[in-house]
Amino acid sequence: MEPMAIVSIFVLAVFVGFEVVSKVSSTLHTPLMSGANAIHGVILVGAIIVADHSETNLELGLAVAAIVLATINMVGGFVVTDRMLEMFKGNKK
Amino acid sequence: MSRTLYDLVGLAAGVAFILALKGLSHPKTARRGNLIGAFGATLATLVVFFYANPGSSLPLNNLGWILGAMVVGLLVGVPAARKVQMTQMPQLVALFNGVGGGAAALVAIVEYLHLGPKATTAEVVFTVFTVIVGCVSFSGSIITFLKLQELMTTRPVIFPAGRFIIAATLVSVIGVGGWVVSALGTTPLLVLAALSLLFGVLFVLPVGGADVPIVISLLNAFTGLTVAASGYVLDSVLLIIAGTLVGASGTILTRLMAEAMGRSLFGTLFGAFTAKPQDNSGAVEDRPVRSGSPDDVAILLNYARRVVIVPGFGLAVAQAQHTVRELADMMIAKGIDVAYGIHPVAGRMPGHMNVLLAEANVPYEQLAEMDEVNPTFGQTDVAIVIGANDVVNPAAQTSPGCPIYGMPILEVANAANIIFLKRSMRPGFAGIENELLYDPKTMLLFGDAKASLTKVVSALKAL
Repeated sequence: MEPMAIVSIFVLAVFVGFEVVSKVSSTLHTPLMSGANAIHGVILVGAIIVADHSETNLELGLAVAAIVLATINMVGGFVVTDRMLEMFKGNKK
Repeated sequence: MSRTLYDLVGLAAGVAFILALKGLSHPKTARRGNLIGAFGATLATLVVFFYANPGSSLPLNNLGWILGAMVVGLLVGVPAARKVQMTQMPQLVALFNGVGGGAAALVAIVEYLHLGPKATTAEVVFTVFTVIVGCVSFSGSIITFLKLQELMTTRPVIFPAGRFIIAATLVSVIGVGGWVVSALGTTPLLVLAALSLLFGVLFVLPVGGADVPIVISLLNAFTGLTVAASGYVLDSVLLIIAGTLVGASGTILTRLMAEAMGRSLFGTLFGAFTAKPQDNSGAVEDRPVRSGSPDDVAILLNYARRVVIVPGFGLAVAQAQHTVRELADMMIAKGIDVAYGIHPVAGRMPGHMNVLLAEANVPYEQLAEMDEVNPTFGQTDVAIVIGANDVVNPAAQTSPGCPIYGMPILEVANAANIIFLKRSMRPGFAGIENELLYDPKTMLLFGDAKASLTKVVSALKAL
C-alpha cells in the first residue's frame, strides 16, 4: 500500500480514537477499557494470515500459539465486557 | 473473493469498532456498543477464510491447525470470562490484554521468519516495534495480574539501583532493536524478545498496587499500537484502523483514569523511585484504637439523620453487597437519609465498585460520586467505611511522599462519627497506615464485613 495512504489512515484513526472516548464518566472506565481490549484481539486476523503462509514447523508452531492467544483475547474480552454491562442494565430499572 | 470485497468487509469491521467505542462511552448504549464490536470482530475473522493472499490459495493452508487453535482459544477464553468472580475481573482483563500483546509479538516474529532477507527496512522496523511493545505488554500484564491476584506483594518493588537497571535494560532493548534492523537474523530477534520481556517485568514491578489499573490501561493502548504496526507489515487496513483506534482511545482513557485518581502518569510509573521512604511506619502501630460492638453501631445509626456508606473492595470480597443493601433499606425505612459514597477507584479499577453494587441491585440514585458526596460530609452524622481504606486515607492529602499522595479521597473525617468495618488492622491495598483509624471519633468493628453487617442489621431491628 502507498505509504502516504497508510500515514493518512493512521493519523485519522488517532483523531477518531481520541474523539470517541474524550468524555466518559469514571463509571464506564472499566467496561470501556475491557471493550477496547477485546477489539485489539482482532490481531487474530493477522495470526490466521501468518499461519496460512507458514512454511516451517517453527513458523507454524508460533502462529498456532498466536491464534490461541488472540482468540482468548478477542472472545474472552467481549464476553467479560458483556457480563459487566449486563449488570449496569439491571440497575437502571 | 476479490481484494476489493475483502477490503470493504475490513472497512465495515473498522467502522463497527468505531461505533463500538462510541457506544461504550455512554451508559445507555454501552452494551449494544460492545455487541457491535463483537460483530465487527467476528466479521473480520470470518472473511479471512474466504480470501486467498497473493501466493496462497483457498482453502487456507494449515486450515486444520488454524481451526483447532481457535477452538482451544475459545475453550480457554469463554469459560474464563463467564466464570470469573466480578471481584477478580480486573486481573482477567489484564491477562486478556497480555495474551493479545503476546499474540501480536508472535505474529511479528513469524512474519519476520517468513520474509527473511526479502523484508524491506520499513517492515523490519515495524516488526522490531511490535516485538518490543508486544513483549513488554505481555510480561507487564502478567505482573499486574500477579499483583491484583495478590500472588505477589502489592507494594512497589524497589531494588538497589533499580532505575539504573531499568534504564540499562531499555537502552539495550533499543540497541538490540537497531542490531536487528541492521544485521537481520533470527538470533538478534529472539534476544530482542527476551530483553523486552525482562523490561516489561522491571517496568511494572515498581508500580504500587493502587496504581496498577492505570498501567493496565497503558499496556492496553500499547497492545493496540502493536496491532496497528502488524497491520502495516501484513498489508491489512483493518488491523491498522483497529489497532490505532485502541492505541488512541486507550491513551486518552489512561489519562482520564490517572486524573480520576489525581495522579500524573509519570508519578504512577516512576513515583516509587522518587518517593521518600516512610519513617513513621513503626511508631503508629501500638497506639490504641476504639473498637465497638454491633449494638453500639446500631444505636449510632438509629439516631443519625444522615448516613454515608463508603464501600470498598473488602465489601466485595466478603460478598456483603446484599447485606449492606438490606441495612440501607432499613435505615431508609426509618427516615434516615442514606447515600453510598463511591470513590472513582473504589474496588480495583475505576468503575469497578459500580459494577459490584449493580450486581446487588443497589438503586442507581443512591450512588453518589466523590465530588457530589464530599461537600456533604460536614452534615453527615455517620460515615460507615466498609472494607475500604486507601480511598479515605487522609495521608493522601497530608503526607507528601506517601505512594497515594495527591489522590483525591472521600473526606469522611468531616463526618461527626466514623465507623470502620475491617477484618484487621492490616493496611489497605497500597500498604499505607491510615491515621483515621486512631481518630477519637472513629469506632472500629472488627470481623468479616458480611458477618458484622448481619449483626448490625439484627441489632438495628431489635431497637
